[in-house]
Amino acid sequence: MIDNPKSGMTLIVKTITRLTIGLILLFGIYIILHGHLSPGGGFAGGVIVALSFVHLMLAFGKDVAAARISKNMASNLESIGALMFLSIALLGFLGGSFFLNILPKGTPFNLFSAGIIPLCNIAIGIKVGVGLFAIFLALVVLEKSK
Amino acid sequence: MELHVLLIFMICAAIVAIEVKDLLSSVIAVGAVGFALCLAFLVLKAPDLAITQLVVEILCLIILIRATINKDLPLVIEGRWIFNTVSTLGFIAVFLLFSWLALKELPSFGEPTMAVVKKYLQEGVSKTGSVNIVTAVILDFRAYDTLGEATVLFTSVIGIMAILRRPGRKKRE
Repeated sequence: MIDNPKSGMTLIVKTITRLTIGLILLFGIYIILHGHLSPGGGFAGGVIVALSFVHLMLAFGKDVAAARISKNMASNLESIGALMFLSIALLGFLGGSFFLNILPKGTPFNLFSAGIIPLCNIAIGIKVGVGLFAIFLALVVLEKSK
Repeated sequence: MELHVLLIFMICAAIVAIEVKDLLSSVIAVGAVGFALCLAFLVLKAPDLAITQLVVEILCLIILIRATINKDLPLVIEGRWIFNTVSTLGFIAVFLLFSWLALKELPSFGEPTMAVVKKYLQEGVSKTGSVNIVTAVILDFRAYDTLGEATVLFTSVIGIMAILRRPGRKKRE
Protein backbone atom coordinates (compact mmCIF):
# COMPACT_ATOMS: atom_id res chain seq x y z
CA MET A 1 0.00 0.00 0.00
CA ILE A 2 2.90 2.36 0.73
CA ASP A 3 4.48 1.96 -2.71
CA ASN A 4 1.24 2.25 -4.61
CA PRO A 5 2.00 4.87 -7.28
CA LYS A 6 -1.68 5.70 -7.73
CA SER A 7 -2.25 7.24 -4.32
CA GLY A 8 -0.44 10.22 -2.84
CA MET A 9 2.20 12.42 -4.42
CA THR A 10 5.19 11.62 -6.63
CA LEU A 11 8.13 9.33 -5.85
CA ILE A 12 10.38 12.27 -4.92
CA VAL A 13 7.99 13.49 -2.26
CA LYS A 14 7.51 9.98 -0.90
CA THR A 15 11.25 9.36 -0.61
CA ILE A 16 11.91 12.65 1.18
CA THR A 17 8.94 12.00 3.47
CA ARG A 18 10.31 8.56 4.35
CA LEU A 19 13.60 10.18 5.35
CA THR A 20 12.26 13.15 7.31
CA ILE A 21 9.10 11.95 9.01
CA GLY A 22 10.90 10.08 11.77
CA LEU A 23 13.00 13.11 12.53
CA ILE A 24 9.92 15.36 12.70
CA LEU A 25 8.18 12.95 15.08
CA LEU A 26 11.32 12.68 17.21
CA PHE A 27 11.62 16.49 17.35
CA GLY A 28 8.00 16.75 18.52
CA ILE A 29 8.64 14.21 21.28
CA TYR A 30 11.82 16.06 22.27
CA ILE A 31 9.90 19.36 22.53
CA ILE A 32 7.28 17.70 24.74
CA LEU A 33 9.76 15.96 27.05
CA HIS A 34 12.02 19.00 27.45
CA GLY A 35 9.12 21.40 28.01
CA HIS A 36 10.34 22.35 31.49
CA LEU A 37 13.94 22.94 30.37
CA SER A 38 13.76 24.64 26.98
CA PRO A 39 11.19 26.72 25.07
CA GLY A 40 8.20 24.73 23.93
CA GLY A 41 6.03 22.37 25.87
CA GLY A 42 2.98 20.22 25.49
CA PHE A 43 1.02 22.37 23.07
CA ALA A 44 3.87 23.14 20.66
CA GLY A 45 5.24 19.60 20.73
CA GLY A 46 1.79 18.13 20.25
CA VAL A 47 1.24 20.27 17.18
CA ILE A 48 4.57 19.05 15.73
CA VAL A 49 3.57 15.41 16.36
CA ALA A 50 0.23 16.05 14.65
CA LEU A 51 2.03 17.72 11.73
CA SER A 52 4.19 14.64 11.19
CA PHE A 53 1.07 12.52 10.72
CA VAL A 54 -0.46 15.19 8.47
CA HIS A 55 2.77 15.05 6.45
CA LEU A 56 2.36 11.28 6.13
CA MET A 57 -1.21 11.70 4.98
CA LEU A 58 -0.37 14.38 2.41
CA ALA A 59 2.49 12.39 0.89
CA PHE A 60 1.10 8.84 0.88
CA GLY A 61 -2.63 9.40 0.68
CA LYS A 62 -5.22 9.08 3.37
CA ASP A 63 -5.34 5.28 3.57
CA VAL A 64 -1.77 4.90 4.84
CA ALA A 65 -2.19 7.49 7.57
CA ALA A 66 -5.59 6.14 8.57
CA ALA A 67 -4.02 2.68 8.87
CA ARG A 68 -1.47 4.08 11.35
CA ILE A 69 -4.06 5.79 13.57
CA SER A 70 -7.74 5.12 12.99
CA LYS A 71 -10.47 7.48 14.04
CA ASN A 72 -11.51 5.38 17.01
CA MET A 73 -7.93 5.09 18.22
CA ALA A 74 -7.53 8.86 17.87
CA SER A 75 -10.67 9.45 19.95
CA ASN A 76 -9.53 6.99 22.60
CA LEU A 77 -6.03 8.47 22.81
CA GLU A 78 -7.40 11.98 23.11
CA SER A 79 -9.71 10.96 25.93
CA ILE A 80 -6.79 9.21 27.63
CA GLY A 81 -4.72 12.39 27.41
CA ALA A 82 -7.49 14.52 28.89
CA LEU A 83 -8.15 12.03 31.69
CA MET A 84 -4.43 11.79 32.44
CA PHE A 85 -4.16 15.57 32.82
CA LEU A 86 -7.23 15.66 35.04
CA SER A 87 -6.04 12.76 37.20
CA ILE A 88 -2.64 14.44 37.68
CA ALA A 89 -4.55 17.49 38.84
CA LEU A 90 -6.69 15.42 41.20
CA LEU A 91 -3.63 13.61 42.62
CA GLY A 92 -2.68 16.94 44.14
CA PHE A 93 -5.39 16.32 46.71
CA LEU A 94 -3.07 13.73 48.30
CA GLY A 95 -1.00 16.70 49.44
CA GLY A 96 -3.94 18.93 50.20
CA SER A 97 -4.96 21.01 47.18
CA PHE A 98 -5.79 20.92 43.47
CA PHE A 99 -2.73 20.80 41.14
CA LEU A 100 -0.31 20.57 44.04
CA ASN A 101 3.20 19.52 42.99
CA ILE A 102 3.43 16.35 45.09
CA LEU A 103 6.45 14.74 43.39
CA PRO A 104 9.99 15.72 44.47
CA LYS A 105 11.36 18.75 42.64
CA GLY A 106 14.85 17.36 41.92
CA THR A 107 17.73 19.54 40.87
CA PRO A 108 17.09 22.21 38.22
CA PHE A 109 18.38 21.61 34.65
CA ASN A 110 17.95 17.83 35.01
CA LEU A 111 15.54 15.98 32.72
CA PHE A 112 13.84 14.29 35.68
CA SER A 113 12.99 17.36 37.73
CA ALA A 114 10.14 19.77 38.43
CA GLY A 115 7.74 17.17 39.84
CA ILE A 116 4.48 16.84 37.93
CA ILE A 117 5.26 19.37 35.21
CA PRO A 118 6.80 16.88 32.71
CA LEU A 119 3.86 14.52 33.25
CA CYS A 120 1.44 17.37 32.54
CA ASN A 121 3.41 18.18 29.40
CA ILE A 122 3.20 14.58 28.20
CA ALA A 123 -0.57 14.48 28.83
CA ILE A 124 -1.16 17.75 26.99
CA GLY A 125 1.12 16.62 24.17
CA ILE A 126 -0.86 13.41 23.63
CA LYS A 127 -4.13 15.31 23.79
CA VAL A 128 -3.18 18.15 21.44
CA GLY A 129 -1.33 15.99 18.92
CA VAL A 130 -4.02 13.35 18.56
CA GLY A 131 -6.81 15.92 18.78
CA LEU A 132 -5.50 18.08 15.94
CA PHE A 133 -4.78 15.01 13.81
CA ALA A 134 -8.31 13.76 14.52
CA ILE A 135 -9.73 17.08 13.28
CA PHE A 136 -7.67 16.81 10.08
CA LEU A 137 -8.67 13.16 9.64
CA ALA A 138 -12.32 14.00 10.14
CA LEU A 139 -12.18 16.87 7.63
CA VAL A 140 -10.42 14.73 4.99
CA VAL A 141 -11.79 11.23 5.39
CA LEU A 142 -15.28 11.65 6.77
CA GLU A 143 -16.15 14.35 4.27
CA LYS A 144 -15.44 12.02 1.33
CA SER A 145 -17.25 9.01 2.75
CA LYS A 146 -20.77 10.30 2.17
CA MET B 1 -22.06 55.38 39.95
CA GLU B 2 -20.85 54.44 36.44
CA LEU B 3 -21.97 50.89 37.12
CA HIS B 4 -25.54 52.02 37.85
CA VAL B 5 -25.67 54.11 34.67
CA LEU B 6 -24.42 51.10 32.69
CA LEU B 7 -26.94 48.76 34.31
CA ILE B 8 -29.86 51.14 33.58
CA PHE B 9 -28.62 51.47 30.00
CA MET B 10 -28.44 47.68 29.66
CA ILE B 11 -31.99 47.24 30.98
CA CYS B 12 -33.30 49.91 28.58
CA ALA B 13 -31.48 48.32 25.63
CA ALA B 14 -32.83 44.89 26.54
CA ILE B 15 -36.39 46.25 26.67
CA VAL B 16 -35.83 47.91 23.27
CA ALA B 17 -34.51 44.62 21.90
CA ILE B 18 -37.65 42.82 22.98
CA GLU B 19 -40.18 45.45 21.93
CA VAL B 20 -38.88 46.75 18.61
CA LYS B 21 -40.49 45.35 15.47
CA ASP B 22 -37.50 45.37 13.09
CA LEU B 23 -35.29 42.30 13.47
CA LEU B 24 -32.04 44.08 12.57
CA SER B 25 -32.70 46.84 15.13
CA SER B 26 -33.35 44.16 17.74
CA VAL B 27 -30.00 42.48 17.01
CA ILE B 28 -28.20 45.82 17.28
CA ALA B 29 -29.90 46.50 20.62
CA VAL B 30 -28.67 43.11 21.86
CA GLY B 31 -25.19 44.16 20.75
CA ALA B 32 -25.54 47.37 22.78
CA VAL B 33 -26.29 45.24 25.84
CA GLY B 34 -23.14 43.22 25.19
CA PHE B 35 -20.89 46.25 24.79
CA ALA B 36 -22.31 47.81 27.95
CA LEU B 37 -21.52 44.54 29.74
CA CYS B 38 -17.94 44.84 28.43
CA LEU B 39 -17.71 48.36 29.91
CA ALA B 40 -19.19 47.08 33.17
CA PHE B 41 -16.42 44.46 33.38
CA LEU B 42 -13.90 47.27 32.89
CA VAL B 43 -15.49 49.30 35.68
CA LEU B 44 -15.35 46.24 37.94
CA LYS B 45 -11.55 45.93 37.27
CA ALA B 46 -11.62 42.76 35.16
CA PRO B 47 -9.79 43.70 31.93
CA ASP B 48 -9.20 40.11 30.75
CA LEU B 49 -12.92 39.37 30.88
CA ALA B 50 -13.66 42.68 29.15
CA ILE B 51 -11.40 41.79 26.22
CA THR B 52 -12.96 38.33 25.89
CA GLN B 53 -16.46 39.78 26.11
CA LEU B 54 -15.65 42.39 23.44
CA VAL B 55 -14.24 39.87 20.96
CA VAL B 56 -16.98 37.28 21.48
CA GLU B 57 -19.64 39.99 21.27
CA ILE B 58 -18.32 41.22 17.91
CA LEU B 59 -18.22 37.67 16.53
CA CYS B 60 -21.74 36.90 17.76
CA LEU B 61 -23.05 40.18 16.32
CA ILE B 62 -21.54 39.43 12.91
CA ILE B 63 -23.06 35.95 12.90
CA LEU B 64 -26.46 37.23 14.11
CA ILE B 65 -26.59 40.07 11.58
CA ARG B 66 -25.52 37.72 8.79
CA ALA B 67 -28.25 35.32 9.88
CA THR B 68 -30.99 37.94 10.08
CA ILE B 69 -30.25 39.66 6.77
CA ASN B 70 -30.91 37.52 3.74
CA LYS B 71 -30.00 40.04 1.07
CA ASP B 72 -27.09 42.44 0.97
CA LEU B 73 -27.78 45.89 2.35
CA PRO B 74 -27.81 48.61 -0.32
CA LEU B 75 -25.22 51.32 0.29
CA VAL B 76 -26.75 54.79 -0.12
CA ILE B 77 -24.09 57.35 -1.01
CA GLU B 78 -25.68 59.63 -3.59
CA GLY B 79 -26.02 63.27 -2.57
CA ARG B 80 -24.52 62.80 0.89
CA TRP B 81 -20.80 62.96 0.23
CA ILE B 82 -20.24 66.13 2.31
CA PHE B 83 -21.86 64.56 5.37
CA ASN B 84 -20.00 61.28 4.82
CA THR B 85 -16.61 62.97 4.46
CA VAL B 86 -17.12 65.19 7.50
CA SER B 87 -18.29 62.32 9.70
CA THR B 88 -15.40 60.10 8.57
CA LEU B 89 -12.87 62.84 9.33
CA GLY B 90 -14.53 63.43 12.70
CA PHE B 91 -14.32 59.77 13.64
CA ILE B 92 -10.66 59.62 12.57
CA ALA B 93 -9.89 62.67 14.72
CA VAL B 94 -11.66 61.19 17.76
CA PHE B 95 -9.83 57.87 17.28
CA LEU B 96 -6.42 59.56 17.03
CA LEU B 97 -7.11 61.73 20.10
CA PHE B 98 -8.14 58.79 22.26
CA SER B 99 -5.28 56.57 21.08
CA TRP B 100 -2.81 59.38 21.88
CA LEU B 101 -4.29 59.68 25.39
CA ALA B 102 -4.23 55.91 25.85
CA LEU B 103 -0.63 55.50 24.64
CA LYS B 104 0.52 58.17 27.10
CA GLU B 105 -0.92 56.15 29.97
CA LEU B 106 0.82 52.87 29.10
CA PRO B 107 3.59 51.77 31.50
CA SER B 108 7.07 51.90 30.04
CA PHE B 109 8.63 48.76 28.61
CA GLY B 110 10.06 46.27 31.11
CA GLU B 111 8.22 47.60 34.15
CA PRO B 112 5.27 45.31 34.85
CA THR B 113 2.33 46.91 36.62
CA MET B 114 1.30 43.73 38.42
CA ALA B 115 3.25 42.92 41.58
CA VAL B 116 2.63 39.17 41.22
CA VAL B 117 4.89 39.07 38.14
CA LYS B 118 7.96 39.90 40.20
CA LYS B 119 7.14 37.06 42.59
CA TYR B 120 6.87 34.61 39.68
CA LEU B 121 10.20 35.72 38.26
CA GLN B 122 12.08 35.58 41.55
CA GLU B 123 10.67 32.41 43.09
CA GLY B 124 9.67 30.43 39.98
CA VAL B 125 12.64 28.07 39.91
CA SER B 126 12.78 27.42 43.64
CA LYS B 127 9.04 26.85 44.00
CA THR B 128 8.37 24.66 40.96
CA GLY B 129 11.78 23.27 39.96
CA SER B 130 11.09 24.16 36.32
CA VAL B 131 13.81 26.18 34.58
CA ASN B 132 11.51 27.32 31.77
CA ILE B 133 9.52 30.11 33.42
CA VAL B 134 6.67 29.96 30.89
CA THR B 135 6.06 26.30 31.67
CA ALA B 136 6.31 27.07 35.38
CA VAL B 137 3.52 29.63 35.04
CA ILE B 138 1.16 27.72 32.75
CA LEU B 139 1.53 24.32 34.42
CA ASP B 140 2.05 25.22 38.06
CA PHE B 141 0.97 28.73 39.08
CA ARG B 142 -1.85 28.93 36.53
CA ALA B 143 -2.47 25.24 35.87
CA TYR B 144 -6.19 25.68 36.40
CA ASP B 145 -6.36 27.97 33.36
CA THR B 146 -4.48 25.38 31.31
CA LEU B 147 -7.02 22.76 32.35
CA GLY B 148 -9.78 25.05 31.05
CA GLU B 149 -8.01 25.57 27.73
CA ALA B 150 -7.47 21.84 27.33
CA THR B 151 -11.19 21.35 27.95
CA VAL B 152 -12.00 23.90 25.24
CA LEU B 153 -9.85 22.00 22.72
CA PHE B 154 -11.39 18.67 23.78
CA THR B 155 -14.91 20.07 23.35
CA SER B 156 -14.13 21.47 19.91
CA VAL B 157 -12.73 18.11 18.74
CA ILE B 158 -15.87 16.37 20.02
CA GLY B 159 -18.02 18.93 18.18
CA ILE B 160 -16.16 18.49 14.88
CA MET B 161 -16.36 14.70 15.18
CA ALA B 162 -20.09 14.91 15.90
CA ILE B 163 -20.80 17.23 12.95
CA LEU B 164 -18.64 15.46 10.37
CA ARG B 165 -19.35 11.83 11.20
CA ARG B 166 -21.25 9.51 8.89
CA PRO B 167 -25.03 9.84 8.95
CA GLY B 168 -26.41 7.99 11.92
CA ARG B 169 -28.22 4.68 11.80
CA LYS B 170 -31.59 4.77 10.15
CA LYS B 171 -34.49 3.98 12.41
CA ARG B 172 -35.76 0.46 11.70
CA GLU B 173 -39.16 0.46 10.04
